[in-house]
Amino acid sequence: MPADPKQTHVATEFKHDSPFICCRFDPQAKYVFAGAEDYAIHRFELEGGAKVTLPEHDCWVRAFAFSKDGQTMVSGGSDGQLVWWPVAEPQPKPLRNVAAHAGWVRALDVSPDGKILASGGNDNRLKLWNLEDGSLIREYAPHDSNVYSMFFHPGGEFVLSGTLLGNVKQWEVASDKLVREFDAKTLHTYNGGQAVDYGGVRSMALSPDGQYFACGGLHKATNPLGAVNEPLVELFEWESQKKKVSHISDGEKGIIWRVVYHPDGFLVGGCGGSGGGLLYFWKPDQDKPFHKVKLPNTARDMDLHPDGLRIATAHHDQRIRISSMTPKS
Amino acid sequence: MRCTYACGTAEHGIARRQFLGGLATGGAAGLVGGLGALAQPAAAKELASSQKRVLLFFMSGGLSQLESWDPKPKTDTGGPFRAIPTSVPGTHISELLPLTAQQMHHLAIVRSVNTKENDHGKGRFMMECGRRQMAGAKYPHIGAVAAKALSPENASLPGHIHITPGGGGGRGDNAAYLGPKYASIVLGNGNPPQNSERAAELTADADARRNDFRRNLNRRFTARRRTAETDVYTYNYEQAQQLMRQREIFDVSKEPAADHERYGKHALGKQCLLARRLLENGITFVQVSHSNYDTHNENFNFHLEQVGEFDRSFSAIVSDLADRGMLDSTLIVVMSEFGRTPRINPRYGRDHWGNAWSVVLGGGRVHRGALYGATNKNGTAVSDKEVDHGQLFHTYLQAVGLDSTSSFHVGGRDLPMADPAASAIDELLV
Repeated sequence: MPADPKQTHVATEFKHDSPFICCRFDPQAKYVFAGAEDYAIHRFELEGGAKVTLPEHDCWVRAFAFSKDGQTMVSGGSDGQLVWWPVAEPQPKPLRNVAAHAGWVRALDVSPDGKILASGGNDNRLKLWNLEDGSLIREYAPHDSNVYSMFFHPGGEFVLSGTLLGNVKQWEVASDKLVREFDAKTLHTYNGGQAVDYGGVRSMALSPDGQYFACGGLHKATNPLGAVNEPLVELFEWESQKKKVSHISDGEKGIIWRVVYHPDGFLVGGCGGSGGGLLYFWKPDQDKPFHKVKLPNTARDMDLHPDGLRIATAHHDQRIRISSMTPKS
Repeated sequence: MRCTYACGTAEHGIARRQFLGGLATGGAAGLVGGLGALAQPAAAKELASSQKRVLLFFMSGGLSQLESWDPKPKTDTGGPFRAIPTSVPGTHISELLPLTAQQMHHLAIVRSVNTKENDHGKGRFMMECGRRQMAGAKYPHIGAVAAKALSPENASLPGHIHITPGGGGGRGDNAAYLGPKYASIVLGNGNPPQNSERAAELTADADARRNDFRRNLNRRFTARRRTAETDVYTYNYEQAQQLMRQREIFDVSKEPAADHERYGKHALGKQCLLARRLLENGITFVQVSHSNYDTHNENFNFHLEQVGEFDRSFSAIVSDLADRGMLDSTLIVVMSEFGRTPRINPRYGRDHWGNAWSVVLGGGRVHRGALYGATNKNGTAVSDKEVDHGQLFHTYLQAVGLDSTSSFHVGGRDLPMADPAASAIDELLV
């Protein structure tokens, strides 16, 4: 069945007793993993909703990544730790702990060949790790600010990092060479009255045909401390680095926490903030979304199921919601 | 520049006049005070040779106690940061303050502040003036009280300085019945007082002749009609002249490059270094404001930014005051208008919370390394030794040797230095 964004509706909810922070489906499509404000990871079985709790991090968990075979999950915490887990054990126990960053781990990704784990964090660093044994492969030159997001180019040759100040760096995986930079500074605001830096590249994604590179975050931040800002995705042409279009909202307030390309070529944006929770659907040639879905509560993270039909969202109201892009049964 | 608050409320209003103009508009400031307000004559004598000073940090917008002095890790309100040990065994503070953690043996934390006030303006007034704001009643800012009670009568420099973020300057309207002589002089962004440089088109000779002429007129006038008001008027002009001559005191670029590096290259670093310079040059009261902590949104990201900046500059000045032997004579206070809610809102924010929060003190008579009061497990209520703004205000004054139960004699009236209904926290004082 093809995905139809205009049919998107909340199909399932997994209830917990603490607000959620982040969520990811596992590659085998059996579970959704979620980090919560209770300092634990919670694994929900998609069929039936059985919950298993993985308490290991000393602080909030903010990021997940999976091995390509789906057997291993790595979590990154605000304690700077990386923890390796067996995905499908009845009660997973940590396989390995690595002190990775001085400060929060904000983003994780695994290389297309499944051998390298990349991590970015509040120490302004992007690091590469051997996924098999947890050893450090490479540490790139420091960034200008916190690394908010990162991802591997599907070709495997490059890894990209996005920062609070709106700089995106494209690094060579095989060396420590900086290849080029994208200017996504429209996603950053310095508010002189409040004396704060705000925004940043919260998420990045490449279109399935490799043509477009999306950087998600926020703009129009007239009151950062009061959450007065609107979601924004800057879309670049990958090869030329020219800006293709700015994907905007219909005036709703919020932050794009994550962008993911659907295999059919449209972009899904998970949004939360003072405007509540929203899912946006954009086409590469349009600034406004061709569809949007209001969620029952503000969203803090989003992931697309491997089947291309379901979307998971993490919510403050202690729920993981699974939305379906199919007609209601 | 005004700091803007997330919730859109107006900052506690301070009408500002041009500095020199403000200095020249002497009001009915009481001429009693100065060292006369000291608890005992012996103390007055001691202070004359070792003037007491106050350094106040105002964390504008409301610093989160959970991301600073009273962390509650691994609770439902704790947030993502951890607690770290300090130089005081058993005392932990937020991991956002690693450098300050090494200076905690100079400081004391009051973790049981309950001001029952969640409004920016009202909360700020209570904390800075030691009383609740009431219609028709004006009370002096603690800086004005300190300037009047601690500064030598013939001080050549103003006793009450506020260093604020952003530009601007001028003179505050915060001395109430103590008169404009004790109102704050605002150093916007750490720059020297506005209009304190002789205009380029005015030669030194012409300026001297102009002032001689003014003094002559003053002498003629006061020979026949001398009043307290005219004395203050004259004093203010003379103080302005002194200040213009000593303008270098406000020039932080004179401080060593290594100190600039140590305090941090950001604006707060420069402002803290200026604060040290002013205190060393005999200014009685210096307030440094750090903006902005009104984090209704992304509290953790913003505290990471702001507290990190504060940690470096604050720890440096605490360490320096200790190393230079100034802590015994200098009270340090870190306050806000209130704290922030233990509950984390949907936008990772914390909101206004006056019911259970923290203030830090150090120096003077403050018990070094003390931990006073407590909140419950997840910080939602004071669980031990609750105190309020009135008690803290008395404590600040007592910490610099003043009898906070005494009064200023102004215009024939005795006006209590601090709220008579409150008293100092004796356990915090040595």
